[in-house]
Amino acid sequence: MRVLAAMSGGVDSAVAAARAADAGHDVTGIHLALSRNAQSYRSGARGCCTIEDSNDARRAADVIGIPFYVWDLSERFHEAVVEDFVREYAAGRTPNPCLRCNEEIKFTAVLERGIALGFDAVATGHYAQLSTGNDGLVQLHRAVDPDKDQSYVLGVLTQRQLAHSLFPLGDTLKVDVRVEAERRGLAVAAKPDSHDICFISDGNTAGWLRERIVADPGDIVSATGEVLGSHEGAFGFTIGQRRGLHIDRPAADGKPRYVLDIEPVSGTVTVGSREDLAVDQLVATKPRWCGDAPSGPLDCAVQLRAHGDPHRAVARVVDDAAVEIELLEPASGIAPGQAAVMYVGSLVVGSATIARTRRPATV
Amino acid sequence: MNPAFPVTITYLDHAATTPVYAEVIEAMTVQLGRLGNASALHGSGRTARRIVEESRETVAAVVNCRPSEVVFTSGGTEADNLAVKGFFWARHEADPARVRILSTAIEHHAVLDSLQWLADHEGAEIELLPVDEQGRLSIEALRASVERDPASVALISVMWANNEVGTLQPVDEVVAIAAPHAIPVHSDAVQALGQVPLDFAASGLDAMTVAGHKIGGPFGVGALLLRREATLVPLLHGGGQERDVRSGTLDAPSIVGLAVAAELALKGQAERSVALAALRDELIARLLEVVPDAELNGPPGAGRLPNNVHLSFPGCEGDSLLMLLDAQGIECSTGSACSAGVPQASHVLLAMGKDGARARGSLRFTFGHTSTHADVDRVVDAIGPAVQRARDAGVTAMPSGRQ
Repeated sequence: MRVLAAMSGGVDSAVAAARAADAGHDVTGIHLALSRNAQSYRSGARGCCTIEDSNDARRAADVIGIPFYVWDLSERFHEAVVEDFVREYAAGRTPNPCLRCNEEIKFTAVLERGIALGFDAVATGHYAQLSTGNDGLVQLHRAVDPDKDQSYVLGVLTQRQLAHSLFPLGDTLKVDVRVEAERRGLAVAAKPDSHDICFISDGNTAGWLRERIVADPGDIVSATGEVLGSHEGAFGFTIGQRRGLHIDRPAADGKPRYVLDIEPVSGTVTVGSREDLAVDQLVATKPRWCGDAPSGPLDCAVQLRAHGDPHRAVARVVDDAAVEIELLEPASGIAPGQAAVMYVGSLVVGSATIARTRRPATV
Repeated sequence: MNPAFPVTITYLDHAATTPVYAEVIEAMTVQLGRLGNASALHGSGRTARRIVEESRETVAAVVNCRPSEVVFTSGGTEADNLAVKGFFWARHEADPARVRILSTAIEHHAVLDSLQWLADHEGAEIELLPVDEQGRLSIEALRASVERDPASVALISVMWANNEVGTLQPVDEVVAIAAPHAIPVHSDAVQALGQVPLDFAASGLDAMTVAGHKIGGPFGVGALLLRREATLVPLLHGGGQERDVRSGTLDAPSIVGLAVAAELALKGQAERSVALAALRDELIARLLEVVPDAELNGPPGAGRLPNNVHLSFPGCEGDSLLMLLDAQGIECSTGSACSAGVPQASHVLLAMGKDGARARGSLRFTFGHTSTHADVDRVVDAIGPAVQRARDAGVTAMPSGRQ
């Protein structure tokens, strides 16, 4: 196959490209320039957008022995990922930009352009596994390395996208990938992992958002509607957040308070106890299924944030646009805007975007 | 071996760099084996100095200037920086009213970024004069700008020929406008040397930039041809070499390489230019036959460098085309490269009034002393399918709304 290897300049995508070449594919390396001014989104050494990362990717391609190009996807990235990120926060939701980047950039813009240019697949350094089911459908599975598994941020991919994807690292532990990079003579073998959002240089998401969203002051209220304080803008809050609430009066029971709800129109932020944070039911929209939507109740494990624990659940299809998920044990800190990814064993059976949550009925 | 690397190369990027002549490699190899700092007073030093001075005389002879008017530099970028900053500093110091520098919107970044730096840090006022749709300086705009206040002009810098679209500039008219006011004129002739006749003395210029690796010489060496009467503030201070304008130990092997290349390039210039112009015109005609909606950027015929073909392919991203041709061993350029490898819409095409899409959808093919008819055939054979593919890909590469 002719394979495009998306190379971020990190160790994972470098080893993934090398493995694709070893497998006998005709591999071409590409680095995605996601910021037109290479330093404007991120000035540190890690992330997706620096000249240093571009050079690291180029040197890895040299060592592997594959051609290398830089593709400018900055406009598309800005529109589909950065602006979406701001819009989502402004609407009181908590988006996952890595998921959006996979959906819109790596496996849409890059993949479609690659296919048009005569390539068959895109290879990335994501930790996830692919297999083909008896029905001929491409199945997405969790990676062997549980700490590195990225199937959560890939669950949004369609059959067409998965059919043109390669994840060469899914069967390997991260620690072994580093060893392999060393053995291959890749200079990025010891390069630190990137953790933060690549376009927020200092990791201060609230500060970054404050420069981009008009702050609308609002009240901080208790679950019963009592005004406890005020804030400068609701976008600074995330469901489940405990710190930075700046409420003078302690709660009656003396326990810490958490953000329960964010109402973007009125700007009201509701806080309450940890117990109040628990939800046992949620509605998620824009579901994407591996194959046909389940016809009846689906026993599954649902993951509700990146690197979060899976929760035993029953999913029921409402219609083409929505799925209702009942958690067998209540879970806390579930934020609208995040993905609900449904697993049976290691298999991703579906993914949808959390729209609403409901707390357990109190006895 | 990776199958993506083809065996035969069709090299059509001579404006980026052109193969080094065998005679140059030979002369440099001999000189690299010789001991001696050209500034030393003993026998070895004198031998090295003699090589440098003979080389200087050779260069001076082929561009028609005095040997003392050849200031060797580390290349075109340094020569441009030296001319632009050095003239501004010297002229501004002599008369603080001289704050303006007049240039064009299509200069190489070695000039443009030097100008920008002077504006940002030294109080220079930069006027980048417009070009017409063929990329030729509007001489009337220059005249008006000079005559508005000639006493405030520190320098005029206008390239001899544009590096992207190959448009020759009206340098003689620029000199005619500047001369009555004694305003110095610099010209970056890096792309023109060896392609069109250059005569420094006859040009009336005060300074001209040339570079080694564009004419079959080595990288890392060039020269600023600098009129004997001209005063410049140096960029590099030190041992006082090169009229005290450019300090630094003389690089005898590179300098002899530059001289040998200059002699070879200039000796065969007239004949080679006729041959390259024929290849150029054939490639343009045949590409337009295969891709009828492609558009030539820059003037046809005598108004452009004989080795330059620059076309826009509507609906294509230039870097898609480059990648597809590269996979077949056909090497060309999308315009001027950027350090991170990110293609930016060319400032030259934008200045010529082309829109961003046209600017991004263009390719530059440039011929040189090793080019043949077979090169033209290979590009013509490859371009049709490549354009088709790039068009399919071009649509998806454009920004789009969320689905």
